[in-house]
Amino acid sequence: MDITTWMFEWLEGNAIFTPNTLGYYWDGFVTTTQLVFLSLLAGLLLAVPLAILRSSRHKWISLPVYVYTYVFRGTPLLIQLYIIYYGVVFFDGIQETFLWPILREAFYPALIAFTLNTAAYTTEIFRGAIKATSQGEIEAAKAYGMSSSLMMRRIILPSAFRRALPSYGNEVIFMLHASAIASVVTLTDLTGAARFVYARFYAPFDAFLFVAAIYLCLTFAILFVFRQLEKRLLAHLKPLSH
Amino acid sequence: MAATPTPLEVRNIKKRFGDTEVLKGLSLKAHKGDVITLIGASGSGKSTFLRCMNLLEQPDDGDLIVHGEPVRFKVTRHGREPADRRQVVKMRAKLSMVFQGFNLWAHMTLLENIIEAPVHVLGQSKKEATEHAYALLERVGLTARANAYPAQMSGGQQQRGAIARALAMDPEVMLFDEPTSALDPELVGDVLKVMRDLANEGRTMVVVTHEMGFARDVSSKVIYLHQGLIEESGTPDEVLRNPTSPRLKQFLAPKY
Amino acid sequence: MLDLQGYGPRLIEGAGVTVQLAILSLLLAIVLGLLTATAKMSRSWLLHKVATLYTTVIRGVPDLVLMMLLFFGGQIGVNMISDMLYDHFDIDLYINFNAFAAGVLTIGFIFGAYMGETFRGAFMAVDEGQIEAGKAYGMGNALLFRRVRFPQMMRHALPGLSNNWMVLLKTTALVSVIGLTDMVRVAAEASRATHEPFVFLLPVAAVYLLIASVSEWIFAQLQKRYNVGFGGQ
Repeated sequence: MDITTWMFEWLEGNAIFTPNTLGYYWDGFVTTTQLVFLSLLAGLLLAVPLAILRSSRHKWISLPVYVYTYVFRGTPLLIQLYIIYYGVVFFDGIQETFLWPILREAFYPALIAFTLNTAAYTTEIFRGAIKATSQGEIEAAKAYGMSSSLMMRRIILPSAFRRALPSYGNEVIFMLHASAIASVVTLTDLTGAARFVYARFYAPFDAFLFVAAIYLCLTFAILFVFRQLEKRLLAHLKPLSH
Repeated sequence: MAATPTPLEVRNIKKRFGDTEVLKGLSLKAHKGDVITLIGASGSGKSTFLRCMNLLEQPDDGDLIVHGEPVRFKVTRHGREPADRRQVVKMRAKLSMVFQGFNLWAHMTLLENIIEAPVHVLGQSKKEATEHAYALLERVGLTARANAYPAQMSGGQQQRGAIARALAMDPEVMLFDEPTSALDPELVGDVLKVMRDLANEGRTMVVVTHEMGFARDVSSKVIYLHQGLIEESGTPDEVLRNPTSPRLKQFLAPKY
Repeated sequence: MLDLQGYGPRLIEGAGVTVQLAILSLLLAIVLGLLTATAKMSRSWLLHKVATLYTTVIRGVPDLVLMMLLFFGGQIGVNMISDMLYDHFDIDLYINFNAFAAGVLTIGFIFGAYMGETFRGAFMAVDEGQIEAGKAYGMGNALLFRRVRFPQMMRHALPGLSNNWMVLLKTTALVSVIGLTDMVRVAAEASRATHEPFVFLLPVAAVYLLIASVSEWIFAQLQKRYNVGFGGQ
């Protein structure tokens, strides 16, 4: 039997997974992907300079960054989301600015909360990787007359990024899973779609098992991508095989 | 009068690791008061043989009889295994082992190490075990170190402590697995002295060692292993002073 | 002065729920983690597969989805059982699927998978000679576990355990979504009702930081205790 006819027959014989509800899941998938991708990207851009500041020998530079990462890593993302979602209204005059139509929607508060959260974790991941740079490589750079900014750019960061890759892969998966709470502030992400389907059909197993399977596939996809990246970028650290 | 059972007898022990047969059918009988030393080049299988005696390694074939009681085996998917775990546990309590790497439990003080098995395996009271432990510590000259942790002691002290731990079980047979090999040369003497005293007081011992002096002076029987087989065995006089096998001659040559 | 507008007592109650939930979930997670680690190290093919499936699925699916699955699905499951009892045995038994129990079960179940990995690594880090000495002195498996394996393993497991606990603590906030009245739920309700989110949410965030700091201190003490005899590494 043709696979498409089989699909249609299955969809017709099934009360829950109609093209209509599958459309919800698809919308949810798009929202989740956007949220996760954009927050990871913005978080990454924030984290690189923050990690450099955090690695500074001067306490008055590194300490404020540490306070930021400590607070954001030490409290639940849900609270951070609530604070931004409910609190954004209270910035004086914000309702008159051009930003208001954007911030009024749940998507942007969620994006801001996720970005600040992942930036905090990523900062600490990079900071650990920067700290682990071998003294020998740094001394070699100094011996060749590199300035500290050149050294950071050419020697420390490139090797730190590679070392940070496995931990950053975990952070990406963590963010994908954490994004499920977007559904709490009325966003229809993947989990939001599942909650909608559950509420409509009172079928928790179908609704949540289906979405769990989607998350599982996404997780495996991320794992696969990072494994390929590691293979390519970390190849130089492996001993030669004969 | 019924004869007391032989403390330890092994017959025709075979063992292979993957494709290599490391023990090709070894037998040994330790009568009460025997001090048997196993010598041989590294890789000859002497340590593996010793470890088969208390089943830290599972022999693929052969019999093991402790104090007259044969250990029962069964064959499973994973190979040959003891049929009754409790029997093994009981049997091991009669054979104390002293390891090359001491293996004192790192999270316990020396005293706690010594009373651990008497209290929890033999069911002695803590008080009784502690009294006994102090007597043994005095014998090995470590009374002052009773409350030290292994990491705080020298290798020689750890090994003497490990011997006290073995004695606390009041074992039928003591198994020594290269007890001085991990020690700095200047610490070897103290440990050997304790072992000589034990031999002189009639302890039954099976000792894997590289110390030819100990083998010559103390043992009642010397067994020379080569590639998983007994190449030569007998009294120290026969084996060490008048070796017949050319390989044994070569093995002994550089040391004399 | 902080004016909690009458929500103070409820917030404190909510904090109690958070702490109880976290501690009970931790205990369950430790038990499940030990079982999982044992299963993964066992020679049994089936146990190994089951444990691997468990840890893979848990680590691949968001906590919130698992929580909803267990909570909403659990209620239906319980209803089905009570319906069946009524239909077939004429037993009229209404079981209310308790949100607190669901929370503990879900969080414990999720973190059992993470603990399993932590414990497995820690068990494998224990020096084999220490185990052999135990065997050679006639210790059975249970005794060996209690007296040697477990205390030595804990030294290696504590950093991971501490890490898992910090994540678990924050995960408890999710139960507010499935209807449990923890401190996050009280604060969110109060924020909506009074339109003063910072007054309620910031103190709750501070309580999380406080619990985290206290836990860090406790774990440092535990680490000292389990490092005894290891030269203070």
